[in-house]
Amino acid sequence: MPASRLWVVDVYGRVFSLSTAGQQWEQCRDAQMEFKRVTAAQQCCWGIACDNNVYLNVHASDLPIRYQEETYENQRWNPIGGFSDHLLPSDRWQWSDITGLKHQPLDSFELPSSSWEWEGDWYVDENFEGEPTEKEGWTYAIDFPAFYTKNKKMTSCVRRRRWLRYRRYKDMDTWAKIPSPQMETPDPFSDISCGGWEISEEPRGRLSLWAVSLLGKVWFRVGIYHHNPEGSMWEEVSVPGEVLQISCGPGDLVWAVLWEGQLIVRQGITRDCSKGTSWVEVESPSPDVGATHVAVGINTVWALTKDNKVWFRRGVDSHNPCGLGWISMVGEMITINVGLNDQVFAIGCEDRAVYFRQGVTTSELSGKTWKAISVPRDGDRSHSSASTNSLQSAGCFFSGEVRAQSVVSDVELDTEKVSTDGASCLVTSTSPESVVDAPTDNPDQPIETPKPRIPKVTSDSFISELISDREPAKTLREGGSAGPAVPEEEETLPSEGEVKALSALDAADTSSLSSVATYTLAMEDPYGTDEHPLWAWVSGGGCSVDSHSHLNWFNSVNTSSLVGSVQSMSLSVTSAQTAAWRQQIFEQLTERTKREMDNFKHYEQAIEQSVWVKKGTMQWWRDWKPYKWIDVHFALEQFSGPEGNKDGILFIYYNFYEEKKYLHAFVNELTILVPVLNESKHTFAIYTPERTKQRFPIRLAAATELEMHDWVCMDTSQHSQRKSFYYHRLALLSVSCWDIFVSEPSPALEAMPYPTPCDQMFWRQVGGHLRMVECNTVGIVWGIGYDHTAWVYTGGYGGGFFQGLASSTDNIYTQTDVKSVYIYENQRWNPLEGFTNRGLPTDRYMWSDASGLHECTKTNMKPPSTQWTWVSDWAIDYSVSGGTDKEGWQYAADFPVSYHGRKGKTDFVRRKRWKCKLTTTGPWQEIPPIALSDVTILPCTAQSNVDEVPLWAISNKGDVLCRLGVTALTPAGSSWLHVGTDQPFKSISIGAASQVWAIARDGSAFYRGSVSPQSPAGDCWYHIPSPSKQKLRQVSVGRTSVLTVDENGNLWYRQGVTPSYPQGSSWEHISNNVRKVSVGPLDQVWIIADKVQGSHSLSCGTVCHRLGVQPVEPKGILWDYGIGGGWDHITVRGNSMEPPRVRLPSLTDASAPAPRSPIPFRNMEVNSSAGDS
Amino acid sequence: MADDKDVLRDVWFGRIPTSFTLNQDEVTEREAEPYYLLLPRVSYLTLVTDKVKKHFLKVMRAEDVEEMWFEYEGTPLKWHYPIGVLFDLHASNTVLPWSITVHFKNFPDSDLLHCPSSSVVEAHFMSSIKEADALKHKSQVVNDMQKKDHKQLWMGLQNDKFDQFWAMNRKLMEYPTEEGGFRYIPFRIYQTMSDRPFIQRLFRPVSPEGNVHTLGDLMKEMDPAALPNDGEPKRYQVVIHGIEPLLETPLQWLSEHLSHPDNFLHICESHNPPSPVLSSVYISTPPTTTPPLLLSEDLFIGREG
Repeated sequence: MPASRLWVVDVYGRVFSLSTAGQQWEQCRDAQMEFKRVTAAQQCCWGIACDNNVYLNVHASDLPIRYQEETYENQRWNPIGGFSDHLLPSDRWQWSDITGLKHQPLDSFELPSSSWEWEGDWYVDENFEGEPTEKEGWTYAIDFPAFYTKNKKMTSCVRRRRWLRYRRYKDMDTWAKIPSPQMETPDPFSDISCGGWEISEEPRGRLSLWAVSLLGKVWFRVGIYHHNPEGSMWEEVSVPGEVLQISCGPGDLVWAVLWEGQLIVRQGITRDCSKGTSWVEVESPSPDVGATHVAVGINTVWALTKDNKVWFRRGVDSHNPCGLGWISMVGEMITINVGLNDQVFAIGCEDRAVYFRQGVTTSELSGKTWKAISVPRDGDRSHSSASTNSLQSAGCFFSGEVRAQSVVSDVELDTEKVSTDGASCLVTSTSPESVVDAPTDNPDQPIETPKPRIPKVTSDSFISELISDREPAKTLREGGSAGPAVPEEEETLPSEGEVKALSALDAADTSSLSSVATYTLAMEDPYGTDEHPLWAWVSGGGCSVDSHSHLNWFNSVNTSSLVGSVQSMSLSVTSAQTAAWRQQIFEQLTERTKREMDNFKHYEQAIEQSVWVKKGTMQWWRDWKPYKWIDVHFALEQFSGPEGNKDGILFIYYNFYEEKKYLHAFVNELTILVPVLNESKHTFAIYTPERTKQRFPIRLAAATELEMHDWVCMDTSQHSQRKSFYYHRLALLSVSCWDIFVSEPSPALEAMPYPTPCDQMFWRQVGGHLRMVECNTVGIVWGIGYDHTAWVYTGGYGGGFFQGLASSTDNIYTQTDVKSVYIYENQRWNPLEGFTNRGLPTDRYMWSDASGLHECTKTNMKPPSTQWTWVSDWAIDYSVSGGTDKEGWQYAADFPVSYHGRKGKTDFVRRKRWKCKLTTTGPWQEIPPIALSDVTILPCTAQSNVDEVPLWAISNKGDVLCRLGVTALTPAGSSWLHVGTDQPFKSISIGAASQVWAIARDGSAFYRGSVSPQSPAGDCWYHIPSPSKQKLRQVSVGRTSVLTVDENGNLWYRQGVTPSYPQGSSWEHISNNVRKVSVGPLDQVWIIADKVQGSHSLSCGTVCHRLGVQPVEPKGILWDYGIGGGWDHITVRGNSMEPPRVRLPSLTDASAPAPRSPIPFRNMEVNSSAGDS
Repeated sequence: MADDKDVLRDVWFGRIPTSFTLNQDEVTEREAEPYYLLLPRVSYLTLVTDKVKKHFLKVMRAEDVEEMWFEYEGTPLKWHYPIGVLFDLHASNTVLPWSITVHFKNFPDSDLLHCPSSSVVEAHFMSSIKEADALKHKSQVVNDMQKKDHKQLWMGLQNDKFDQFWAMNRKLMEYPTEEGGFRYIPFRIYQTMSDRPFIQRLFRPVSPEGNVHTLGDLMKEMDPAALPNDGEPKRYQVVIHGIEPLLETPLQWLSEHLSHPDNFLHICESHNPPSPVLSSVYISTPPTTTPPLLLSEDLFIGREG
């Protein structure tokens, strides 16, 4: 799970955030002013500053917020001047939108606010429905509201072209003021709350923002979504009373508190009406004491009353937003907030610490206990390290004395003393004014006398008062000036009284202060926990934690959290692994082996190795017709040979017409064991070379899923001698049924003319769960999950059901994936009742899958395996191609017909969508935050570990991205560079000479010009026409070859690609029935084939290898079929193992011109730039 | 990158080269040759010495044979301690192979338990596992296992089947992540200097404040004398499986990785400092009760650095 942040404001108006992966409050340095309140979503944070304006802080992302403005230029032909601006009076504007109704010349476009900037100037779009147009981008038609083509015909009387310009939101990670004209908001805002992102995914990034003004009015910000993060305007929402505070949950819950102490609940919030329609009043939890504060989540409501008591509302959900009744909870809180996953945060009334409600789950929304978050602020960092040190060295020597003194404390007095005292302590005094700052900066309280000094924050007066006379926060900070303690002063210090206050100074303020702080800390460390900051406001709306999250927020100093914090973003070796104790154990064990065993190998072993037999029953898909599952006995005999090498034989005993028979397989000959998805059984397939040739693996069904996993693991442990290669590189990777397999490459694999047959390749499972993987020859491996999360391979293997021994324990991380499962609700119209769930006898099931052939009801749908759990309830899916009506129905004339979103006089079909989520573990680590749909890595050959490797990807929104900082040592890279495109893309591939090809969503191909190590993102896209009448789907580029697959499963080869003309000239058909293609660094071609001759249904998705691929015959000659059965993806881009050179005289003669030898391609960059210009 | 799993293998496949010689007082028909064997550190003497017995019975008359027992330098060896523990406790500084004397007479009833068959070893082994799980999981895991699972543990040990054993034992090593470890760490501390058989008390892997307990914490609690005071040379060695883990090693990790198959962490505390690391270098140095000061200081400094 990527790190997300909890936002807080302290009593001085400083904004801090705490990362779920972090262990300290980080001050929001950008804040030019103090804030009263903040409300966070995952992508941004809104706040009300002390100037009473609303500010927005959009979190920086590698993917910029860009908005495409477009306008059309229209022209009409006339016999005199040809096409010109002179239009008929009845025509549209010369510059208009696509409909022609709106006049929009280029200069009418303005930036919405000062937070935006133009990316470039206007330019003409030369791509028309996937086809490149003539240079000027004109498309022609007979008359204006008509069908346009890219070719000018005799009848073309009008033409138009599209102009594009992008604007970009630039104020990332800073607080940008939201323009609020006085007339819109006559009185300043006092409360703000954002949420509502789960009501609808359309448009992307949509948010509801509610605000309350000082006069008690409620405002709703209209039009906030991804491309318009600021929203467009404030709209007043009428309220039945004067509102004090409002809270908006991620879903459709909005509650507000009135000044009189009652609560009001917003009704009628739906997808189409995020503002809601009306209010319903709910009584305060306690009849005498009014409510002061409310916080809502998805299905949860918490409230506080004037006496600071905490209340939980029972029975709240989106059907009953008012809930049923109040339950009193323990704790006294000053504010409360509900974050993501209904997790609850609050600020304690007594100590002003942030509390996290532990144990909140969907079944127990009220949680178990409050737990204080105790982490230092980033400015305190020197403190905590100092305190640990001194705890260890100096021990608790001074603690008793200081504690006794601290009882007498009057902060006003003390801080003054301290400031003078601090000044006297300074070894290097720099700025005197900082010392003057100290008292105002420092009202921290000893725990013994908390109450009298706690500022009341129910009104903002305190903060305003506090901050009005303060200078803007200083961010001056110099390290290393901490002076060593002088012994005489140490003795005098306890008599100074309350020194402790100083340790709460924000060390960020000045260098001189931090030196003081460090100095006092030597005395103060037993009080480490006392000097906590005072918080005023908390917002968990951007903080993605749940009851399972491992947080290191609660014990900042102890060892466990230090070890626990290891799971950080970087892939570097974790501290636990490099710990001295661990190294010592490894070394000593090696030493022990040498000492006790090396000289005595000739001794006899005390225990003779014997055969271990595992027996049991399974079901077997029998070999002869009619095929069916039959019960069989099996025996797995495992034994060790004299040299300690292990082997085994699997026997399967069955009856053949009353006759006892068996079949057997040597475990060392098994090429792959793969789980096969089956609705009712836990089945897996065992392949041997022989079985692969026959296209009929041994299919077995175990009694339980666990047992099946034991079998699949067995394979790995049997071949433990092979395990070393997992650590090196994953050369040939394949993905099937979400499991990832790898085959060790051998030089013979691409040997000419007799390569290793595919059916003799050994495949091993890697562990983890992905939709696709890509790799290169230096061992960089990336994967993409079903939910488009990007993952990087960590070098281990196992995880998931490879528990215990079959798995490596390092580099295994939790992996989650979300896959959507769709079922359809079908209805038929009849004249009497209209649409009902009564179909004709010939109709499909009223609840079915997409094909209608299988019945799928809400209750009988099961997750694909026990590793999957449902994450959400059934919900209507509106984002169906063809569109839906308001209720999600799609209509069609009869069942197997294309559907559309508006009702005709026909039958209709509705589709519901259910998401299920997988949690497993594997040697993969997440690369947040951008979701990807494709990735490609330069298949480089020999390179050093630190050279940057080009890696390109496509986000799931279709943006093209270039990853920076990817090296063999840091395969995760550092950041994304966005590469602009005029339309969304879907597939991308980079070849060995940095040639980048991509496929746009509309099926057209693009070549990226001038990509080189110096200019990793290249300069511009060249539109390459697709094969006629075909929309391309996927591309793969090897050393020189460029191959694509189209929507109809055809495989195309790009002809005429030369160093000087890298775009090539034409497409040549190679094969059909292809699902995926992967071209390796040797230009070797492997595919996933859809249908293979003579195979059973299992072989849909077969790994195939193109034979006869060589420089003169880059398209190869024929296919060699490998393992079959449900493979979805393959990559061979990690295999650069040159085949042994067998030079056949006839072929070498023919290859004399050698247009594809790699040597001339070295000069590609020079040549191609010449060719492009 | 070394893997924690390799530690399990190294622990399991630890072997001690041993030479068995027949006690000179035994009556034999002809002279008995010594018998050489690689003993698994994690197994039990009576479980792995069938070959030894067979070897010596060849030279003896049947009527002179009583129950076989073993002795090293005058100390009868308790078969119910794992072999590695016996070696680390009594013979860690010896020149290899470890020379064990075999007796067939005068069974020392006061020192040793009788072991008429391997089923006694099995009963002892299983009771240790159950005791350990009582400490770790309130016996929940071991009680959830079936009879055949228990058998698999035992057969794994008896037949030296690492995979077979660990396929089952991994369940005994699991714990809820939120608790950070077992309920209590099953351990036994053996002291060469003490008359007590061993120290065994309740000790949690994590302190009430949430700090991870280390080997040093355990030793400080159980035997403060074992730890050197500041500036002093180290007086005791803390040995597990023939190695000396650093005192800052987390106890939970040790329990998961360096426990014997009986699920106990057997810790040997011995007085004689030549480190086993050095003993191979100084292999000719006879064991001395007071070591040369220089050597131990070197050791100490070397370790700190």
